[in-house]
Amino acid sequence: MSFDRKVVYNVANLARIRVAEENIDNLATELSAIIKWVEQLNEVDTYTVQAMNNVTNSTLPQRNDSVLDGGYPKDVLANAPESVDDYFTVPKVVE
Amino acid sequence: MAYTIQGKTQEWEVVVGLEVHAQVTSKAKLFSGASAAYGGAPNSQVSLVDAAMPGVLPVINSYCIEQAVRTGLGLRAKINEDSVFERKNYFYPDLPQGYQISQYQKPIVGEGVVMLDMEDGTRREIGIERLHMEQDAGKSMHDQAPSSSYIDLNRSGICLMEIVSKPDMRSSGEAGAFLRKLRSIMRYLGTCDGNMEEGSMRADVNVSVRPLGSSRYLTRTETKNVNSVRFVMQAIEFESNRQTVAYENGDSVIQETRLFDSQCSETRAMRAKEFAHDYRYFPDPDLLPLKLSSSFIQKIQDGLPELPDEKRDRFMEDYELKAYDAGILVADQEVANYFEDIAIDHDPKLSANWIITNLFSVLKKLGCNIVESPISASDLGELIGLVEDNTISGRTAKEVFDTMIDTGKSASDIVDEKGLKQISDISQIDTIIKQVLTDNPKQLAQVKAGNAKVIGWFVGQVMKATKGKANPEIVNKLLREKIK
Amino acid sequence: MTDLIDLTIHEASASLTQGEFSAEELVLAHIKSIETQRDLNMFITETPEVAIQGARESDLRRSKGMALGCMDGIPVAVKDLFCTKGILTTAGSRILSNFVPTYESTITEKMNNAGAVLLGKSNLDEFAMGSSTTTSFYGSTINPWRSKKRVDLVPGGSSGGSAAAVAAQAAMGALGTDTGGSIRQPASFCGVVGLKPTYGRCSRWGIVAFASSLDQAGPITRSVHDAAIFLSAIAGYDAKDSTSVPVDPLDFEQSLYSGIKGMKFGIPKEYIVENMPAEITKLWEKGITWLEDRGAECMEVSLPHTKYALPAYYIIAPAEASSNLARYDGVRYGIREKGDTLDEMYQLTRAKGFGDEVQRRILVGTYVLSAGYYDAYYVKAQKVRTLIAEDFVKAFKKVEAILTPTTPSAAFCAKEKCNDPISMYLNDVFTVPASLAGLPGISVPGALDYNGLPLGLQLIGKPFEEETLLKAAQALEEGANFGRSTPKGLEV
Repeated sequence: MSFDRKVVYNVANLARIRVAEENIDNLATELSAIIKWVEQLNEVDTYTVQAMNNVTNSTLPQRNDSVLDGGYPKDVLANAPESVDDYFTVPKVVE
Repeated sequence: MAYTIQGKTQEWEVVVGLEVHAQVTSKAKLFSGASAAYGGAPNSQVSLVDAAMPGVLPVINSYCIEQAVRTGLGLRAKINEDSVFERKNYFYPDLPQGYQISQYQKPIVGEGVVMLDMEDGTRREIGIERLHMEQDAGKSMHDQAPSSSYIDLNRSGICLMEIVSKPDMRSSGEAGAFLRKLRSIMRYLGTCDGNMEEGSMRADVNVSVRPLGSSRYLTRTETKNVNSVRFVMQAIEFESNRQTVAYENGDSVIQETRLFDSQCSETRAMRAKEFAHDYRYFPDPDLLPLKLSSSFIQKIQDGLPELPDEKRDRFMEDYELKAYDAGILVADQEVANYFEDIAIDHDPKLSANWIITNLFSVLKKLGCNIVESPISASDLGELIGLVEDNTISGRTAKEVFDTMIDTGKSASDIVDEKGLKQISDISQIDTIIKQVLTDNPKQLAQVKAGNAKVIGWFVGQVMKATKGKANPEIVNKLLREKIK
Repeated sequence: MTDLIDLTIHEASASLTQGEFSAEELVLAHIKSIETQRDLNMFITETPEVAIQGARESDLRRSKGMALGCMDGIPVAVKDLFCTKGILTTAGSRILSNFVPTYESTITEKMNNAGAVLLGKSNLDEFAMGSSTTTSFYGSTINPWRSKKRVDLVPGGSSGGSAAAVAAQAAMGALGTDTGGSIRQPASFCGVVGLKPTYGRCSRWGIVAFASSLDQAGPITRSVHDAAIFLSAIAGYDAKDSTSVPVDPLDFEQSLYSGIKGMKFGIPKEYIVENMPAEITKLWEKGITWLEDRGAECMEVSLPHTKYALPAYYIIAPAEASSNLARYDGVRYGIREKGDTLDEMYQLTRAKGFGDEVQRRILVGTYVLSAGYYDAYYVKAQKVRTLIAEDFVKAFKKVEAILTPTTPSAAFCAKEKCNDPISMYLNDVFTVPASLAGLPGISVPGALDYNGLPLGLQLIGKPFEEETLLKAAQALEEGANFGRSTPKGLEV
């Protein structure tokens, strides 16, 4: 499978990145080359191999159910591009 | 008898599956130490993790894991000793990470079952497909300003259990019963308060219809985030009718996400043009797999309370209640306790009857629950005791009950004050009967001529003469002896 | 008195203890060094006030006999990927070009607690994605080493600003992060020591995430001894990072000089790659000799899946990155581009906020996770990762550490590889396998090539055996006798 214009367009939409029309072909070529290159993995027989998602063998650490955090809305909003009355604001969403 | 929709050409069966989002009753969130309480000031219960600041990392709340396992065991489900948290990727302003940490391929709880007691005494078994843990999103508000939506992340990261049923329900009634039963089980377990107004329980409703007798599933729609039992039932009714009409008109039903409009009890397709969903699930590399030991699971199993089904069976056996009555009493643990407080000293069936018939209607009228009841279990028990030992008649008892509610006085005080004590003294009743018979020779002759109905008239006269206080059993018995 | 910027951390620490100079003097010397080398673009943000203040506090502590240890008063650079409270943290990206964290990363907090002094936030490839420090929104960093042709060279990446600053004596040590070689490769290009600890050894809390299952912080220093001092300050379990491993903290200096007599080293035959410059092969052979001269035994080992490490990495890392970078959406922090609709706002913000390489990796990552391709690419890569990790497990049954070159070439000219992503990716061919397996690795400068540019040797160790790794690196350093070769020396 390689990247054609439609794949680039779909993937860019999923990733919410606007791709300029004039760049689509170029990107398709570049991304196809990368995908083709990684496809050399198909040479490896992995039929009986488990996927490795974590390199550490330890167990999942857990926290106690205590409220020890939060209570600082000013910090939470300190870097907000736009906010009103301690709410973040975004262009109106139509459901 | 199965519920169906009668179309123009044929009967249609409704197929319903529910995905219930139940908020775990924890103090802190699933992956952060911020408060999970309801109703804080905007963004005041938000940690850096809940706001998905750059570089911050999740650490799981052990209590949430326990509660999910408890719930799974309460649903008689398989607990998976190995489960994995995955990321569900999508963009939405109230989803700060750009993904929801959820479980996908390996949920913490597998298949289970919920038993429904239907009104006609039958039982329906509804399959549970799975239960998994996930983060809640924040809250978007769209009506605050003309051109912007407001985002509050207080809910962001709260622990939800998503409980997915199999498509086993065949009517809105069954769906309602399922939700009520599920809520009851979780309240018994203490894992979710089931408060739908505060959003601690919501359902995504999957509905399809099919010709009666068909075993094939047709296209379903998913109505998202419905937040009351009544609305879920309305959504099912609306959707199943809409789909039936569509098929009968030769139209098709498209697989889509819909919204429920509670103002007009309708569902509608979402207006927003969306890109095709592709959640790109993959194991969250910030977390390790969750491994549970069998001893950990067993410990939780051993600590489970008696659950509604077991309690109902015990009530039927120990108190000889009917299934439906027992089912009503056990639905709410507090009601069950109230019942048992009375039934330990009094006739269980009479106790059940008083609670279901009289107390419930009063509570409904007052808009309060059993814990807030103006009449305590011992007060009601005293009243039932007075009936049992013939101090007052059942009819008088109803009057005393009403007075108890109005005045807050005890049953015996009311009986004493109003002189409502039943007359059970045979010689006293005998005297009154003689008088009544003497006063009504014509009616007496009718009885003697064989008109048995008139005996009832005489009972009425005796009761009238005693202002209803004569023990009706004794009156009946003596009258029949006299007239013979 | 020698020039203060010539000292190693170890030496400076001893002198500070002796009272030969003050921390403030030490810091001022480095601030001056930074100011005179701004053309190298090593820092995104310089923090001289913070540094001077920190130095004064250090001197005060020392005067009261309350000095905190070897790092107290030592001026360091921190890769601009670590969140620093109240100090701009950009990840080298336009999208975070206005982001001032209200919190501190665990590692920088540990450094602060050890008394280290922050000189500034060093430049990097945007979101640590790169091997050249050319993708930063703040421009490229230039390697302080110049070839005999005197053209500008890349310092490697992504921790290029950190490595360049240490090499240029603009910082005594620096924090970097390594996902596929981002500490070791720039260390090699800049002639300094770069250590990537075992995954889980150092906390990831507060480090802007690139690929969560691979990212690991570590020190870049001018000596192996300094690396040991630095690592001792930043290592340790952190309850805020679920992938942090609860192992006892160690003093990595302790057995540094205990020697490698009888130690067994593996030489992986699969690391002999096509078109590798002869000088690198020669250095590798020298490395073997240095180890053997000190009583170690070197033997061939096989890591058969080595050639698949890079393609596996370039599926796994972009996949995780595509998800990790979803939070940069213009809602809660960072820049926002105006849009009429929410989606337009998202799309424009991310299109203008992210540079080309970051966008490329997000798109690749999104693709390999998407429906229908997940098993073929992502799961496949994670399975290959298992095989790569198993290769190391087998090798480590025979040997205690593995010796390889760090990079397949010396530092290159900025224009050389930047137009071809894959040829750029190939830079990481020797560093990526250890990253995928979560193993510790260290790059030690070995020699200068015919152009006068440094080349590094890499040692890869068993998980959580950094002590052994550092001991071996110390031996290698002694053998190489790279000494105080500094880029300045070449300028003469």
